[in-house]
Amino acid sequence: MAKVKIYVTLRESVLDPQGSAVQGSLVKMGYNEVQDIRIGKYLEVVIGDTERDLDSLVKEMCEKLLANTVIEDYRYEVEEAN
Amino acid sequence: MSASLEPTKEQIKEQKLYAGMGMSDEEFAMVENILGRLPNWTETGLFSVMWSEHCSYKNSKPVLRKFPTKGPQVLQGPGEGAGIVDIGDEQAVVFKMESHNHPSAIEPYQGAATGVGGIIRDVFSMGARPIAMLNSLRFGELQSKRGKYLFEEVVAGIAGYGNCIGIPTVGGEIQFDPCYEGNPLVNAMCVGLIDHKDIQRGIAAGVGNTVMYVGAKTGRDGIHGATFASEELSEASEEKRPAVQVGDPFMEKLLLEACLEVVKSDALVGIQDMGAAGLTSSSAEMASKAGSGVEMNLDLVPQRETGMTAYEMMLSESQERMLLVVKKGREDEIKAIFDKYGLDAVAIGRVTDDKMLRLVHKGEVVAEVPADALAEDAPVYNKPSKEPAYFAEFQAIENSEPEVADYKETLLNLLQAPTVASKEWVYDQYDYQVRTNTIVAPGSDAAVLRVRGTNKGLAMTTDCNSRYIFLDPEMGGKIAVAEAARNIVASGGRPLAITDCLNFGNPEKPEIFWQIEKSADGISAACTALNAPVIGGNVSLYNERSGEAVYPTPTIGMVGLVEDLAHVTTQQVKAAGDIVYLVGETATEFGGSELQKLIFGKIFGKAPHIDLEVEANRQEAILAAIREGLLQSAHDVSEGGVAVALAEKTFGAQDLGVHVTLEGSAVTALFSETQSRFIVTVKEEKAAAFERLIPEAKKIGIVTDDALISINGDTGILLEGTVEEFRSAWKGAIPCLVKSEA
Amino acid sequence: MKFAVLVFPGSNCDIDMYHAIKDELGEEVEYVWHDATDLSEFDGVLIPGGFSYGDYLRCGAMANQSNVMAEVKKFAQAGKPVLGVCNGFQILTEAGLLPGALLRNKNLKFMCRTVGLKVTNNDTLFTNQYEAGEVINIPIAHGEGNYFCDDKTLAELKANNQIVFTYSGENPNGSLEDIAGIINERGNVLGMMPHPERAVDALLGSNDGLKVFKSIVKMWRESHVS
Repeated sequence: MAKVKIYVTLRESVLDPQGSAVQGSLVKMGYNEVQDIRIGKYLEVVIGDTERDLDSLVKEMCEKLLANTVIEDYRYEVEEAN
Repeated sequence: MSASLEPTKEQIKEQKLYAGMGMSDEEFAMVENILGRLPNWTETGLFSVMWSEHCSYKNSKPVLRKFPTKGPQVLQGPGEGAGIVDIGDEQAVVFKMESHNHPSAIEPYQGAATGVGGIIRDVFSMGARPIAMLNSLRFGELQSKRGKYLFEEVVAGIAGYGNCIGIPTVGGEIQFDPCYEGNPLVNAMCVGLIDHKDIQRGIAAGVGNTVMYVGAKTGRDGIHGATFASEELSEASEEKRPAVQVGDPFMEKLLLEACLEVVKSDALVGIQDMGAAGLTSSSAEMASKAGSGVEMNLDLVPQRETGMTAYEMMLSESQERMLLVVKKGREDEIKAIFDKYGLDAVAIGRVTDDKMLRLVHKGEVVAEVPADALAEDAPVYNKPSKEPAYFAEFQAIENSEPEVADYKETLLNLLQAPTVASKEWVYDQYDYQVRTNTIVAPGSDAAVLRVRGTNKGLAMTTDCNSRYIFLDPEMGGKIAVAEAARNIVASGGRPLAITDCLNFGNPEKPEIFWQIEKSADGISAACTALNAPVIGGNVSLYNERSGEAVYPTPTIGMVGLVEDLAHVTTQQVKAAGDIVYLVGETATEFGGSELQKLIFGKIFGKAPHIDLEVEANRQEAILAAIREGLLQSAHDVSEGGVAVALAEKTFGAQDLGVHVTLEGSAVTALFSETQSRFIVTVKEEKAAAFERLIPEAKKIGIVTDDALISINGDTGILLEGTVEEFRSAWKGAIPCLVKSEA
Repeated sequence: MKFAVLVFPGSNCDIDMYHAIKDELGEEVEYVWHDATDLSEFDGVLIPGGFSYGDYLRCGAMANQSNVMAEVKKFAQAGKPVLGVCNGFQILTEAGLLPGALLRNKNLKFMCRTVGLKVTNNDTLFTNQYEAGEVINIPIAHGEGNYFCDDKTLAELKANNQIVFTYSGENPNGSLEDIAGIINERGNVLGMMPHPERAVDALLGSNDGLKVFKSIVKMWRESHVS
């Protein structure tokens, strides 16, 4: 068993209107320090016993479905569990 | 809390733990008497939720009995998921409106979204295909930060759910007033279409038949939502956030399609939505209506969380679930349909002949109570009623005309008042066209949809001017129904029936109960006069925050039949040279008016008077004119009076204007809110025929091609400006308020 | 000519597409459920709007994983016409049948209104009945119609004349270069955010969309002269 934490974010070059809106609100609230916000998705995927290499498995799932690489980047962390 | 930690029967009684579920000492004693023993924790929960105002109408029943509910067109009156009205050709229209006020006050997006989801389920549980959504919303003034937040989120929630499930949101109304600041009103209405042969009922009939659970899994969300809806809001309400459920429109879309396939199967006996009080109300009501009993094994209920107790499962208000009763031995046919949509469909119990609701969990009987006692035997309270002091004071004030210095500036200000201003910012977010039947989109008097495959249409609207109702509940109640009917008639339809959402404050206050009684009297009188019976609705009481009640707001949802699509009429003027007529006399009536609110910042005095006989005759006359093809456009005169109505008639018309002359005192002629009036336009060649049909119609002017609004009085010009300057004020007001800093 | 209207869990403009073809065009049309594995009996595929799989994760992402989309890819490879509208456009970009992606509207809100649409390329299988540069009125109804692609792709779209529709007047969603609809290089797969199937009957406000479907039928008839 492994718990994989996957982070999907918009690529640098892609405008993130939601992030801009949230940043605007924070600045309006007085948090002038905030310079940029990018909103992404966080997924927790629990993977049971598998013959396959975990990295290639996770990459495949990300490329095929979880992220759209035209507009999104992804990264992940593996947390081994019992 | 695990079942083993639940309080004992004795603790429930001695420590009055039932009070925490909203049950009174007397009610607990009644339960003890019905059972002949003390109820356990689960049973106490069943009674408390079924006997809440939200489920039992225990405080409002005496008032609801006053409503006319019958008519040759009514196929199903109040008491089922939704009412049903015949529209000919073996077809019928199914509709109902319901409130989701308290959840929306706590979590506006999800509160509104699940309100939409719930009312849609009520309609398709009757076997009908939902074809349209409407809503009626009330918020505090948009100047406040909270008012703005609630407004934006509620609209987004309605849009999010309705757009995703693919039912067009075609109309509604929104008003703003400080009284709704702490307690917004979110009323959603769903209209569906059905063939007579497909009409379903929520009954658990046929001993030995199987009870099936379909749709989403049960979680701990929304436990005691119905009880929550039956209490006043307070700061502590924020703590009750778990009572708010999260909607899943995708799941409901699948459930909708699956259920509409299932209703075609003769294996189905009964079907009911698990709405308020979830599994408890659906099972108890279906058994009670059929005169039978139901036994369920809760181990079989699809569960989203682990370790749920019987109490939690029975009181959960998880969304997107339905309860079915299916002929024994034919469960697999039903299951196959739900399998296609990837939905759970599980046999969890059976119909019995002992009239008991019996629940088994982990091999033990955890509850055993008479189904009728839950569904039918809730106490009915005749609350004391008392005329509030303000009423006599207001009635004593003579009608008078406010002073207005600059008519044009006043009209501009009225057009920018949020209640009058364009709601395009709102309906732009609603998909009002999906399923391609919307002939008249939001922005005219009523929405009109075609009935595909026929030459008929359905006109629909929601209405309620709660200012009038506050000033004079009976008069205001009449006006609410009459205005809804006026909108239907102006669109070319004949009113069929209404649904209502009775939103009031705490009924334990005699002055509030008086408002409920009087407005119900007014609604009943108007329904009778206009031949539009009440076929269903709901009651939402305790709409108060920190002891301050909202205005009495019995919102009316009305559906009318357009017999021929050639009759569809909109409010916009159509062509230069057409003659403008005002139908109906104008008196000096400013109590509760938009002008009074604008000038004084508050409302007082008498509500406008309405004579229902005059109203009914006038509506007949206007409809006759439409059917004879005499009208180019029709619009009722409401908030802001003739000046606002005229301006609205030019908005959306290409480069046209109006030049009119009004008689009498200028302020009254322009801004009075006298009832039972229409402004119509007629082609010149049809003017004679129109004047013969409606001799009382007064010719006031002409449609022009100069895109100017020009209004003259007895003494010369009252106001003049370009349509564009009035339109931009009207259109820009709400976006501007939403964007502004609070 | 026989059309397939694909139906995914959560599609909701399927009925509109179906009736546009059947009632207004008078051609054959059938609904095809997402698990279908054969499109050989059809001459054209229509992917309707809606919220397939609730628009969860990303609009169109999960629909792209269904059986029928593998068939749509083969169908497109064979040069047969595929039209994706709104959610259908999103599915086509997820499937890689069209370049780019559709992001959230610039104002972050769903919007439903009728917009002016300029036919920037009338020399296609889908637009041959329109005049070049003609401005038509077609409704939009979407929350994620903001077309995006990288500079290289944009240059290619322009070079190959693949931009078929652009918004005329105000750009409602912030799309790149006012793009409302694009076609693949081969010219047989069109994706567009506006809904031509909602504009096929003057009773409902506009019939400017009907020519999209008429164009498809005309081309098909010309290539199937017996």
